[in-house]
Amino acid sequence: MSVNYIPRRFTVIRDKERCINCGCCVRQCSNDCHLFADDGKTVISDSNSCVACHRCVDLCPTGALRIEKYVCDYRENANWTPQYQQQICRQAETGGVLLAGMGTPRDYPVYWDKILLNASQVTNPSIDPLREPMEIRTILGRKPEKLTVEKKGKSTVDMPPQVVLETPVMFSAMSFGSISLNAQKSLAMAAKELGTLFNVGEGGLHPDLKPFTDRAIVQVASGRFGVYSDYLNNSKFVEIKIGQGAKPGIGGHLPGEKVSVEVSNARMIPEGSDAISPAPHHDIYSIEDLRQLIWAIKQATGNKKPVSVKIAAVHNAAAIVSGCARAGADIVAIDGFRGGTGAAPVRIRDNVGIPIELALASADQRLRDEGIRSRISLVAAGSFRCSADIVKAIALGADACYCASAPLIAMGCHMCGTCNTGKCNWGIATQRPELTKRLNPDIMYKRVVNLITAWNHEIKEIMGGMGINSIDSLRGNRLMLRGIGLSEKELEILGIRHAGE
Amino acid sequence: MKRIYAIEELCLNCRLCEVHCKTAHSVSKDIIRANKYEEPAPASRVTVYGDNMRSLALNCRHCDDPKCVKACITGAMTKDAKTGIVYVDEDKCIGCMTCLAVCPYGCIKEGKTAVKCDLCRNEAELACVKNCPNHALIYTDSGDDIK
Repeated sequence: MSVNYIPRRFTVIRDKERCINCGCCVRQCSNDCHLFADDGKTVISDSNSCVACHRCVDLCPTGALRIEKYVCDYRENANWTPQYQQQICRQAETGGVLLAGMGTPRDYPVYWDKILLNASQVTNPSIDPLREPMEIRTILGRKPEKLTVEKKGKSTVDMPPQVVLETPVMFSAMSFGSISLNAQKSLAMAAKELGTLFNVGEGGLHPDLKPFTDRAIVQVASGRFGVYSDYLNNSKFVEIKIGQGAKPGIGGHLPGEKVSVEVSNARMIPEGSDAISPAPHHDIYSIEDLRQLIWAIKQATGNKKPVSVKIAAVHNAAAIVSGCARAGADIVAIDGFRGGTGAAPVRIRDNVGIPIELALASADQRLRDEGIRSRISLVAAGSFRCSADIVKAIALGADACYCASAPLIAMGCHMCGTCNTGKCNWGIATQRPELTKRLNPDIMYKRVVNLITAWNHEIKEIMGGMGINSIDSLRGNRLMLRGIGLSEKELEILGIRHAGE
Repeated sequence: MKRIYAIEELCLNCRLCEVHCKTAHSVSKDIIRANKYEEPAPASRVTVYGDNMRSLALNCRHCDDPKCVKACITGAMTKDAKTGIVYVDEDKCIGCMTCLAVCPYGCIKEGKTAVKCDLCRNEAELACVKNCPNHALIYTDSGDDIK
């Protein structure tokens, strides 16, 4: 088309004084933003397809490249912002649903940033985690209602299956298909070293991940891809995926072109066939139906594994969590609306669901009010950016947290949000072999381990400051939280007081 | 002896090894001056062959029984008895390129003198190995160490 209705988004600035024309950027950009000029020697840039993934910037040996936002002013209009105008133009061109990757970039309130943490002064001592033991080991699973002991003091309680984590941080579900095998492998290796779990997502288990199955959470999603007896039994726990924070109520569609031999083997579907995850599980239309599936999975795994249910944080999340608990789930994961995705319709991602902070607080409160909080472990998901977010989530009532975007960033992701194009220059959200090999699991797993180790240190440091030496004493301890700049209603839902109160 | 091994599955074809090799073998040792302004331009001892799909950074194998040393008519090509490094004494080399013709790996380049990898024997670290972003170049005792 000769008319380009949408200005480009970024400009590649090349410092000619520094550029040595090595062509590294030319060979690294999968969006073809760099090229050799006609002389075959001089490197030039074409910014039109730049997504600001920074692959060229980070690999340029002389630091000659910089990405700048391309500013092309529109007539000011607070309502018809350039973003909406451009989206209309894209749809006018394609006639399709707008798709995007990663979590919503919209400026919704981040309640983590409006919650402050407490620390000890004078009346109770703070603890130095470098000198005193500090427990962040987390145990997930249904807890017995009460403890009974026989005469000699030995417990007679029939303990439901428990999962021990050495950190409250787990890696959220990302399927083979949405991310590359190398990315999954890096997370698996990191989970093994950290003593936590990674989630294989709904894409089945690739044979290369077999050595890590004792650190794997396996998903049973609406498409039931790759689900069979060994899959369920070779895992730490099984998760029934009802919904995802980035696209609640929406299924998935992996186009046939992306179903390579490897993906087809893992998903157990014919090569080249579309992998369609229906929006609902067609055998779950009620809590009673969910109960049957949970029961079936427990039967299939000999009652040896906890069963988790993952739901998206939607308006009625608290009641749904309560229903899941009553349906026999051992763990319930709530995924907030800022959660990431490999591809979601933009309108859904940006408009559906509620913040994890509010969903988590109301779910925890409801379970407590109903006296069934100990029946399940609550896992919070949906954008944890740092250790303080994790501490706040635990104080709001979470047992553990699911993190995905943060470890991906550790592996090179720059949140360019174009996962859906399959051209990820960092080798994460792509299946193209020339791109996936850019992610060397031996390097990347260490970066993920470093990240979570750093977070563990910080979590201990924050807990120490509060005078708490065990994460169990922090869990649901909302007195450690104070709101800042929040309304009465928000404070009421979060169950916390305002700063100064 | 320890050698540099290139791992094809991990090579990105970014060719940064070449850039850093040139810098390490330049007069200025400054990446921009070495690759842009220095005259004569320093040559890279390592060469990446292939494309983005499949590539490999090829450099001298420092053979146990090097053909280039045998073929050298001036005695410029030397295998260091202690370190095993095969290198060119540029003062002695007359640029006849007999070594280039006999090298079974094609790892010697033509220049005023023969140009080849000297395992950065005058540097503190191996420039290509240190700067490979994907650990596709490994410096190790035996190729068996590599998965």
